[in-house]
Amino acid sequence: MAELFYSHAIRQALEEEMARDERVILMGEDIAGYGGAFKLTAGMADKYGADRVRNTPISEGGFVGVAVGAALTGLRPVVEIMFMDFLTLAMDQLANHAAKLRYQFGEQARVPMVLRTPAGAGRGYGPTHSQSLEKWLVATPGLIVVAPSTAEDAKGLLKSAIRCDDPVVFIESKILYGRRGEVPEGDYTVPLGEAKVVRHGEDVTIVAYSRMTEEALKAAEALAKYDIAAEVIDLRTLAPMDTDTVAASVEKTGRVVVAEEGHMTGGIAAEVVARIVESCFDYLQAPPTRIAAMDIPVPASPVLERAATPDWEDIGRAAAELVQKY
Amino acid sequence: MNYDRSELLKHYRTMVLIRSFEEALDGLFGQGVITGTSHFCMGQEASAMGSIAGLRPDDLVTSNHRGHGHFLAKGADSRRVMAELFGKATGYSGGRGGSQHMADFSIGFLGSNGITGGMTPIATGAALSQKLLHTGKVVLCFFGDGASGQGTFHEAVNMGTTWELPILYLCENNQYAMSTPTRQAFKQPSVAERAKGYGLTTSVVDGNDYFAVRKAVHDAAERSRVGEGAFLIEAMTYRLCGHSKSDACEYRPEEEEQAWAARDPLLLMAERLKQEGLATETDLEQARAEAYQEIEAAVQFARESPEPDPQTVADNLLVTF
Ligand SMILES: Cc1ncc(C[n+]2csc(CCOP(=O)(O)OP(=O)(O)O)c2C)c(N)n1
Repeated sequence: MAELFYSHAIRQALEEEMARDERVILMGEDIAGYGGAFKLTAGMADKYGADRVRNTPISEGGFVGVAVGAALTGLRPVVEIMFMDFLTLAMDQLANHAAKLRYQFGEQARVPMVLRTPAGAGRGYGPTHSQSLEKWLVATPGLIVVAPSTAEDAKGLLKSAIRCDDPVVFIESKILYGRRGEVPEGDYTVPLGEAKVVRHGEDVTIVAYSRMTEEALKAAEALAKYDIAAEVIDLRTLAPMDTDTVAASVEKTGRVVVAEEGHMTGGIAAEVVARIVESCFDYLQAPPTRIAAMDIPVPASPVLERAATPDWEDIGRAAAELVQKY
Repeated sequence: MNYDRSELLKHYRTMVLIRSFEEALDGLFGQGVITGTSHFCMGQEASAMGSIAGLRPDDLVTSNHRGHGHFLAKGADSRRVMAELFGKATGYSGGRGGSQHMADFSIGFLGSNGITGGMTPIATGAALSQKLLHTGKVVLCFFGDGASGQGTFHEAVNMGTTWELPILYLCENNQYAMSTPTRQAFKQPSVAERAKGYGLTTSVVDGNDYFAVRKAVHDAAERSRVGEGAFLIEAMTYRLCGHSKSDACEYRPEEEEQAWAARDPLLLMAERLKQEGLATETDLEQARAEAYQEIEAAVQFARESPEPDPQTVADNLLVTF
């Protein structure tokens, strides 16, 4: 095991997959010399050449479409969207093209591309640089959506994503970039589509992903002091969603809090709760609770940003209430 | 062109104000007083002030991520711009927007924005309003060379010129988009050359020369105002700093940086004013002193301003509900 930053784990996955498979190429704004806004790919152009580590003009709609075309015809592009907020400019290519080609053209078509992008608030970047838009993606059939919370999962899931023959959106967390975690030596993958129980407990289930997993674990730690045993599930893949792992836990605990950094309405937590209600209604001892960002643009001022976005205290309070009231 | 001496001195003062505003910011970021990020326009003060000097006071302006200079040149209150960077309640957006998202419609500033190229269609729409509502106003849309790679830019320019709207697309070509030199992003690095294909009237000016920018904008604005349609002006300039707070700016040749530093727009304007007898060294010294004082006052105002009330965070999302 080696200790790596989440960001370095992602970089390692890119490097190893590029070394393993010549068809893997990287594209994005300022990714070559500069290394991208978060310096993740710094120096990679020297190693793999400007053909394979390709700077693009500021043209998200264009270069995501280029990646779709390249993926359709033999390359395995990994594109970087500098901030998830800018994914909106590429939504047509993703939703109307990448997500539909296999379905409409059948066996002959496959779109083995990965779109990596950092999401989330916490840095005071303001309304156009702090969003978590995964709900747009999971609502688009034909996309696989991944959002790891640890360095180990980030590396293993990115490798799976690159080797996958379908379009995968790989959501990174700006805040988690700076977190360290144990990463296994050598080549390994983490399977797409599988949630993980990251803490065991009997009293209440907390479902989370990406940065909210960290917050959920902090909440669970705090709850333990009050003799409340929380089970924490990290979804890891948002689409397709691993409902079974979540349901198995809820059947045990009877109570559930679902936490996300995106906006409440129509969000990931809403989807998880709907699935729980459908699949294990009889086991529920308490109404499922969603913890999410308020339904407003993410403000820049630290005071307002904190007010608008959830953290471990919100999660902990909600979980404690479910246990105490029901 | 006939210039009003006191106006020129005021514009020089504003350019110094813009520079020292960002110098102050730089220090405040360094001390951790301000968080988040910010894109400075050091070196681009002449394209900001010259452009706005070429407009009439009630003409409209849209900006981009590098917008402090545009906003201050348009007449923003430096105290409230500073307060916005502090995330304070007295900031132009009440702390909601931060560096990249500010507006004051009352002075014709329709907003800065963090999405590269995002404002070009919006500026075009504002110009459509001016035409259909017969306001006699012109819209000036600031954007960068990098933004001209976005689809929305091309779509907007096409509509602006085809519909003969009263709009000036003002490209501040500082020759880099983050670390990417224009020649790496475009086979034809000249934005004006590329835009010609849409049928626009285009021109290229020295963006570090206040007088050149002002004249180009003035001439285009007055023609556009009387129905001659859209214009594109490419102001060649250079940022004398990194792209953003986190950029050490290691990708530009040193000779190039030095050559542009020697053409610092503040120096050029001061020299010209003196040469033509439009201002004395004492006048300029006084203008600088006033600008520094104003920035000190702005920082103090921002420091002393209250934090926004978290209870208000959800207020004012919609008009209707
Ligand atoms: C849609 C979108 N893509 C990418 C970015 C990241 N970004 C911010 S500024 C910038 C460079 C813009 O270059 P240019 O338009 O030339 O303006 P300059 O920064 O040189 O003033 C980039 C890539 C963004 N903010 N929005």
